[in-house]
Amino acid sequence: MSAGARGSRSVKLQYFAVLREQRGVAEETLETTARTSSDLYEELRARHGFTLPAARLRVAINDSFVPWDRELADGDRVAFIPPVAGG
Amino acid sequence: MFKLTHDPLDSVALRRALADPDAGACVTFEGWVRNSNEGRKVLRLQYEAHGALAELEGNRILAEARSRFPLTGAVAVHRAGTLGIGEAAVWVGVTGEHRDEAFSAARFIIDEIKARVPIWKKEHYADGSSEWLNCATRGEHAKGEPPA
Repeated sequence: MSAGARGSRSVKLQYFAVLREQRGVAEETLETTARTSSDLYEELRARHGFTLPAARLRVAINDSFVPWDRELADGDRVAFIPPVAGG
Repeated sequence: MFKLTHDPLDSVALRRALADPDAGACVTFEGWVRNSNEGRKVLRLQYEAHGALAELEGNRILAEARSRFPLTGAVAVHRAGTLGIGEAAVWVGVTGEHRDEAFSAARFIIDEIKARVPIWKKEHYADGSSEWLNCATRGEHAKGEPPA
């Protein structure tokens, strides 16, 4: 896969629990110019009105937890992880 | 081994799979769906997971338990989907030569699962409302810092 025009990349987003309900879908593919997952979450939060601030989430890319400042690459699968509640 | 499943948990089969002639102690823990939470009547729970990440993180927890405690076996299974009152949502079983390590490891594993594994639960209440636990944006959890 190649990067799109002007530094945009195509990422696959996975939503869970409260974020899935607030977004209305479990996953979507998005073209974004966001550089990091932190930038991406702020972009999505403004667009979809997510109630959870990034400080209460973790982020996973391609099924591994990563720091919020990790740069996004074309084709990344990004999951924002709300506060967990198993058990 | 940590697994997610949509099927009811079979505690007898899970326990049997831990059988080991080197083990002198087996501690198991089951988390059950309770009919109330914080004063509200609960009808059922809905569990959702990031499957791949949950199994990775769950197996990491079991590996940590085995490095902290001298165990002979460690298994945990968590349900996904909708569960009724009284159903087991999670099952943890550990074996060791002696009871001290088995009790300690079982406690460690369930505590870490609840704190780290990407599984979410939505409570459905008798009054028709529902709520994702820990995801409210008011109250103690809304201040942005995880509990110390």
